[in-house]
Amino acid sequence: MSTANISRKDGEYAHHFDSAEHEYETSKHGVWSFLLTEIVMFGGLFVGYAIFYNMYPEAWEASSKLLDWKMGAINTVVLLISSFTMALGIYYSQQNDKKKAVLNLAITLVCACIFMVIKYFEYTHKIHEGILPGKMFTYSGAEVENMQFFFSFYFCMTGLHGLHVLIGMGLIVWVMIRAHRGEFGPKYYTPVEGVGLFWHLVDLIWIYLFPLLYLLGRF
Amino acid sequence: MSGDHHVIPFKTYLNILLTLIALTGVTVWISGIDLGPFSMFVGMLVATVKASLVLAYFMHLKYDSNMNRVMFFAGVFFLLIMFIFSYGDIITRVTHQSTL
Repeated sequence: MSTANISRKDGEYAHHFDSAEHEYETSKHGVWSFLLTEIVMFGGLFVGYAIFYNMYPEAWEASSKLLDWKMGAINTVVLLISSFTMALGIYYSQQNDKKKAVLNLAITLVCACIFMVIKYFEYTHKIHEGILPGKMFTYSGAEVENMQFFFSFYFCMTGLHGLHVLIGMGLIVWVMIRAHRGEFGPKYYTPVEGVGLFWHLVDLIWIYLFPLLYLLGRF
Repeated sequence: MSGDHHVIPFKTYLNILLTLIALTGVTVWISGIDLGPFSMFVGMLVATVKASLVLAYFMHLKYDSNMNRVMFFAGVFFLLIMFIFSYGDIITRVTHQSTL
């Protein structure tokens, strides 16, 4: 990094900022700007989902029943726990407790892996049964028409979400290494906070995906 | 300066997590009850309560600057515009034996 000579842990900051606080607030504001674009990007899929649900409600209910809500519920809890430990990663950075910060980031990473493994089992099961999006839909047990539309949304939404989980995992590894090196403390933990915000947004999207995809068939 | 940041106590984080897990149970439980057209409404309501808790505590929006709150609500606002106009268009179309 070009500003590697600055010891932010000791309260130093880049010269174009008024203070360390100014630098922190600006960085966080940048992350929020990015999250705004994320909300609208996923939002487009949610709007499409609502419109198609309105057009083919029977297909939506029948398709949702093919999903295992227990898998979805376990993944919801796993992601919630990971959000909690992510928040603790920031909390312990604020407390200057390096060991516990790294430990909590590691637990977050493990939870992310569990999430992806469960997702992998769900995906392979569906691919095996021919429950695929659009024209690829070859499921033999389909009793209602137009179910392929639901699975187009299912794979787009969970696929894009899964991609975010993978990117988030990479980012967590990055802050974990930096935390391990002792680069963070009460005066500087901006990257952990930024990655945390991203991670919580991923959790936030799943909070809506779970009832819309998995519980709809039970409504 | 950064030392002035509001530090949310560990116990608060733990309580939020337990509440979120409990609400996940609630939404599964309610989804099994036949509420007719209200099922979707209740499901989304519970999800929004959960989302609000994540935003307020895990994402620190409760203690954050108004600027970041404005950023978030701007996103939601534009999402609502996208939703109302697109969904409104589809459901108000007059069709002749059409499946749209």
